[in-house]
Amino acid sequence: MAEPLVQARGLTKRFDDFVAVDAIDFDIAKGEAFGFLGPNGAGKTSTMKMITTVSPITEGKLTVFGLDPDAQGRQIRQHLGVVPQEDNLDLELTVSENLYVYGRYHDMHRADIKARIVDLLEFAQLSDRADSPVEPLSGGMKRRLTIARALINDPDLVILDEPTTGLDPQARHLLWDRLYRLKKEGATLIITTHYMDEAEQLCDRLVVMDKGKIVAEGSPRQLIAQYAPREVVELRFPEELMGAMASRLDWLEGNTEILADRVIVYTDDAEDTQHQLTEHGIHPEQVLVRRSSLEDVFLKLTGRRLID
Amino acid sequence: MTSLTRSWRWVEGEAIGYRRVWRGTVISSFVNPVLFLSAMGLGLGTLVDSSTDDLGVPYLTFVATGLMAATAMQTSAGEGAFPVMAGIKWRKEFHGAITTPLSPTDIVRGKMIWGSIRLTFVLTVFALISVIFGALDLGPALLAVPPAVLTGLAFQASVTAFTVTRENEVSLSTLFRFGIIPLFLFSGTFFPISQLPDPLQVAAYFTPLFHGVELVRKVSLPGAGASIVTPLPIWVNVVYLVAMAAAGIFLGSRWLDRRLKP
Ligand SMILES: Nc1ncnc2c1ncn2[C@@H]1O[C@H](COP(=O)(O)OP(=O)(O)OP(=O)(O)O)[C@@H](O)[C@H]1O
Ligand SMILES: [Mg+2]
Repeated sequence: MAEPLVQARGLTKRFDDFVAVDAIDFDIAKGEAFGFLGPNGAGKTSTMKMITTVSPITEGKLTVFGLDPDAQGRQIRQHLGVVPQEDNLDLELTVSENLYVYGRYHDMHRADIKARIVDLLEFAQLSDRADSPVEPLSGGMKRRLTIARALINDPDLVILDEPTTGLDPQARHLLWDRLYRLKKEGATLIITTHYMDEAEQLCDRLVVMDKGKIVAEGSPRQLIAQYAPREVVELRFPEELMGAMASRLDWLEGNTEILADRVIVYTDDAEDTQHQLTEHGIHPEQVLVRRSSLEDVFLKLTGRRLID
Repeated sequence: MTSLTRSWRWVEGEAIGYRRVWRGTVISSFVNPVLFLSAMGLGLGTLVDSSTDDLGVPYLTFVATGLMAATAMQTSAGEGAFPVMAGIKWRKEFHGAITTPLSPTDIVRGKMIWGSIRLTFVLTVFALISVIFGALDLGPALLAVPPAVLTGLAFQASVTAFTVTRENEVSLSTLFRFGIIPLFLFSGTFFPISQLPDPLQVAAYFTPLFHGVELVRKVSLPGAGASIVTPLPIWVNVVYLVAMAAAGIFLGSRWLDRRLKP
């Protein structure tokens, strides 16, 4: 296998005593779209920042383009496009000036930047706002501009930290199209997202992080196959029956999750499961059968509760 | 790109943003000297000149040179405080810039270059208005600009270093209330420090604006007597201010790096 574009071994980030990223290993190949999933506080952004060279590594080893982020940060950043989780546009500049200035930071020629701005504004659907200040733009427009800005230098590696948070479905699909195109042109993508459909659509491979550790790794399809049986049956019961459900369903041998308002059953054969329910004299108010998704994997691996 | 080129790229960005706000700032660079010179110079000056001729120069001349240094301090301290806090905390544009080839050091240096360009303009306007007011001849007025710019640089750099270590704007207003304003009043801008009680006089020797004011007067009024400048050699003033600027840039860059890359 060719040398990975990004490689981490025992990569660790500590803030004082708090371990945000706990000795993780991963390899990202050139041309791959690689996802980081995980609940809030899992350590995704901390990892992105180390790759972006704007957060020193506490322990372990990380290389980006085969270079050391600590010593060769500038060389790395030259070929990087970064969409941070939090927008940090220059609110004193106009839409096109925001792009122009970043082109200059990347040492591009004025004429090249101007040509690129036309294309990027079209992609971000901000052509008609080119000369308006950034401040009054809507949240989604700002997000689109931040994404366009990350592409000004035609980066080899694009790091997107929750790029589509705040975007409407049209803008999301536009971004997905653009990212496919970038990938086809040979760029490597690193994406964090809380939208499982997005991860399924975009990522060739992904890792699920929880409490600073990687808890699963694979392609979306592999992960679903490995962690979630094929089908999901969601059962709803009147509230007064929910309390007794755990013991009434113990014959399902743990392939269940009992939530406040419904029960989720993972199974390889939904029809059979429904038969068995009837045989056990269990008659839910409502039954929903669906294929299991990455979301089920995610919830199974990281738990359903908000733990903080 | 060399480090200097990168800093200039930052300056270019500042200049682009400035195109939209320049009117307001230019107007205040005209209004400030007019206000100060009419109140302090003409108003107070008539009173001072009629009661004493100890200064050896008209009070208006004395105060105009002092005000050049003091204006440099105020302008540049402001430049090192609020725009820097904004870049770190409010608008956060520094956080974006450091994901490009620019580094925190490039930003600090770029800000310093931009600050000195703006300050040179502000002080040139001040110098020309002093000429119109009859406070200074054109030659001395223009000679006062470079030492005043150096004074500004020293303040911008050290206030930047201070700001990047501060969590919020409260400490910035504290700095202005208990640092900048007392310096403004007690550094020889409005009266020679020889008028101060001895202990305060000694203290003044250690404060930066005193060296700025002295340097401006020594350069622009070479014949000035012991009544308005101290016998301290001029190189001491220069070394003090250069050291302060250099230390500010050095520490400001390091501390900004730490702040932006936790
Ligand atoms: N500068 C910092 N100082 C102290 N703790 C920090 C700092 N940055 C992040 N952390 C902590 O590190 C942990 C991981 O944060 P991180 O931002 O990497 O999470 P995340 O996976 O990106 O979460 P989210 O989905 O909410 O964006 C959190 O507990 C956070 O509070
Ligand atoms: Mg995050």
